[in-house]
Amino acid sequence: MQAFKKVTAKVMPLDRANVDTDAIIPKQFLKSIRRAGFGPYLFDEWRYEDVGEPEMDCSQRPLKKDFVLNNPDYQGAEILLTRENFGCGSSREHAPWALEDYGFRAVIAPSFADIFFNNCFKNGILPIILEAEVVDSLFKELAAGYQLTIDLEAQTIITPKGETIQFDVDETRKYRLYNGLDDIALTLLQADKIKAYEVERAKRAPWLFT
Amino acid sequence: MSEKTLYDKLWDDHVVHTEEDGAALIYIDRQLIHEVTSPQAFESLRLAGREPWNTQRNLAVADHNVPTTNRKQQIPDPIARLQVETLDKNCAEFGITEFDIDDVRQGIVHVMGPEQGATLPGMTIVCGDSHTSTHGASGALAFGIGTSEVELALATQCLTQKKSKNLLIKVNGSVGAGVTAKDIVLAIIGEIGTAGGTGYAIEFAGSAITDLSMEGRMTVCNMAIEAGARAGLIAVDETTIDYYRDRPYSPKGEHWFMAEREWQKLHSDDGAVFDKVVELNAAEIKPQVTWGTSPEMVVAIDAVVPCPTDEFDAVKQQSMNNALSYMGLEANQPINEIKIDKVFIGSCTNSRIEDLRAAAAVIKGKKKSETVSLALVVPGSGLVKQQAEKEGLDKVFIAAGFEWREPGCSMCLAMNADKLLEGERCASTSNRNFEGRQGYGGRTHLVSPAMAAAAGIAGHFVDVREWV
Repeated sequence: MQAFKKVTAKVMPLDRANVDTDAIIPKQFLKSIRRAGFGPYLFDEWRYEDVGEPEMDCSQRPLKKDFVLNNPDYQGAEILLTRENFGCGSSREHAPWALEDYGFRAVIAPSFADIFFNNCFKNGILPIILEAEVVDSLFKELAAGYQLTIDLEAQTIITPKGETIQFDVDETRKYRLYNGLDDIALTLLQADKIKAYEVERAKRAPWLFT
Repeated sequence: MSEKTLYDKLWDDHVVHTEEDGAALIYIDRQLIHEVTSPQAFESLRLAGREPWNTQRNLAVADHNVPTTNRKQQIPDPIARLQVETLDKNCAEFGITEFDIDDVRQGIVHVMGPEQGATLPGMTIVCGDSHTSTHGASGALAFGIGTSEVELALATQCLTQKKSKNLLIKVNGSVGAGVTAKDIVLAIIGEIGTAGGTGYAIEFAGSAITDLSMEGRMTVCNMAIEAGARAGLIAVDETTIDYYRDRPYSPKGEHWFMAEREWQKLHSDDGAVFDKVVELNAAEIKPQVTWGTSPEMVVAIDAVVPCPTDEFDAVKQQSMNNALSYMGLEANQPINEIKIDKVFIGSCTNSRIEDLRAAAAVIKGKKKSETVSLALVVPGSGLVKQQAEKEGLDKVFIAAGFEWREPGCSMCLAMNADKLLEGERCASTSNRNFEGRQGYGGRTHLVSPAMAAAAGIAGHFVDVREWV
């Protein structure tokens, strides 16, 4: 997993609430047995005029010009600014895979759905929760070429005006994302504790250990 | 404080280790695996040369993209076929039990688990599917995870979690005739919103909940995620214990009696404190119909489509306008005048035997409306199908012009051939009315099985209470 330390990048505004994971990556692309290559199908139904199919070459597909992903001003953006309850619905990790594959490193919103929020941290994406009013003011400030600097260690966002916005992040998640650490290796360091738990639990619930 | 909620008890019972910031390593008793969210997890294990911690704790079944017709032939879609075959291969290679497509036990993972007794009271249960909350109906802690955590649970039997807050939703009193578990949970989501449960584990309680069968309780917990909560829970009572008696994976002999004694403790203590409490009056709940593109956009059958100009919040008003435009509806249009093109009875929300009985009871002796092009009935598992056929329900559906299919997720998310065409409108017993969910440009209205059946007969939504 890519470590997240400090990112200075263009911001793309997606001015919608309750963006669900079906919208982020439609179901037909979930048939893939691979983890990479979902970026071209990110927001497929909002992004293209035609119906996307897996393994389709997207370079010639007709674009929905009004959709923000197709706006030349926001090409190369690595930070997505959006509204409340982003990532609701299905637990598909294909949603953060598609965002990451497209090039997004961070998503800023007033709130996120729990499973999506958790999945982001497993894929090098930093989801940042800010007060709805702060998100609203960022939407208002945002113009072509608008950039933010996100510093995970300091837990700050720096705006072009030099304003600093603090954000919260759990220590455990921050440590793993900042260092790009593998969850499995870290968890296996606790193998003795897991085994001890199993021995103790087997006494209380032997039917689960037959 | 010694009084605990049901969620507190389940949590405390599974903590292996707690970090300083409160993040805890939680032991997972059961992982259910399906074809869509597991291939990358197995591949990653293989590349790292890792083995599953305990193969016995996992159980696999293909459900999301299996066809519901012509099971004897191979899956026509080569990409879907490869995914199902990949699950078969992975399970064989890693030694994990799988109910394959020819097995009568095959079905939707959240129907199969309780049916087999593979998901039991008191367990922690995970699956790479957000509707894993279903299993909380048995007094278990069950929640959906992404593929990275599927791999983590396979390799370590544990997940790192932060404890959620406790939300109690009490539905007091009794619902009227024709009002079902689906209407209760849709009314709850209408009340608290799709993010109302975010950060919480929801315990559903009150007499309208305890009056429900296990099937009904599963419908309610299934949609906890649609209210934003990863986990929904219902306390264990006699209904729960009766349900699990003699299931294939249920404890046997002396273990059964030990388990029964332990399971009796799986309820919130008197005086346990919840972070938030919401109460609803069951008598006021009418059959529900969603009108928009989020499950919280829901009204009663005798209502009209809401008007965006009545909403003061600008973001919400914009969402309503988007939804009306996508759904092809006008504000103030009566719900019972909305005409439908298709009916879908199925999904992990409503494909159990009781759901099929409720739909068949409405349909019996009637015919599908000529304006409805397709009405699908997709049982939740091979065993549900077998039971329904034993009761003659298949004949009721077929005589009415409904199609009787093989088990799977089907048109709930349209990964197989069952889907809506652009602009088609569906009365669906599934759980999500998102844009494109049932097919590109398709329009979904979430309802109960009885309401879907009635809409299929009438060609438009009707108040099923007038039919019972």
